[in-house]
Amino acid sequence: MKALDVEARVDNLDAVLGFVDEQLEEIGCPPKIQMQIDLAVEEIFVNIANYAYQPETGNAAVCVETDAAQQTVTITFTDRGMPYDPLAREDPDITQSVEERQIGGLGVFLVKQTMDDVQYEYRDGMNILTVCKRIAAWEGQA
Amino acid sequence: MTVNQNKNENKLTYAIEGRIDTKTAPELEKALEGALEGITELVFDFAEVSYISSAGLRVLLKAQKQMNKQGKMRILHANDDVTEIFEVTGFNEILTIE
Repeated sequence: MKALDVEARVDNLDAVLGFVDEQLEEIGCPPKIQMQIDLAVEEIFVNIANYAYQPETGNAAVCVETDAAQQTVTITFTDRGMPYDPLAREDPDITQSVEERQIGGLGVFLVKQTMDDVQYEYRDGMNILTVCKRIAAWEGQA
Repeated sequence: MTVNQNKNENKLTYAIEGRIDTKTAPELEKALEGALEGITELVFDFAEVSYISSAGLRVLLKAQKQMNKQGKMRILHANDDVTEIFEVTGFNEILTIE
């Protein structure tokens, strides 16, 4: 298990993605799954950066755990910002027409669609969002 | 991300390379601002797009809303991974993806 603690700013997105990708490359994660995980990481980290501490700033911790036996990657995002459960938000209606579709609300929906499991809890003053993805064709030794 | 723009009378084509994400999507949005005046055909060539996040989808949705008022918009050559993102978000139903 490895963790990165950074200031929750959009400018740090590349550092967060670099950190996550490094772990994924170690286990030989297929590019398609890596892209989906990068997408989830971007959507979640950017949400924390944009909303968690507004108007102030604070840190976010990103923890990556790989499980060879289960063939899963679990990524946990922790912040001490205002309590916010992104999963409580209603999914956008993807059958709506262009005119009806709202610009926004797609990020968390994408996370739910591309990850195998997404959990949120608020504990000890922290927002803890955990995503889990099964890795087919696991190659590495974790 | 790099954006190559080609205008031919009322047709405007953007050939995009790289990632359309939180950091780069605003550049695309800015490129589109004011550029759509008088345009009846807007084309995005996605052959070299490797990644799109919700920030990029928002820019496409905004462009589609604008083009519905004045013409057509098409997205060409999206790769399988990007196409899947369009599918899970229902964007394949509201955009013209060829």
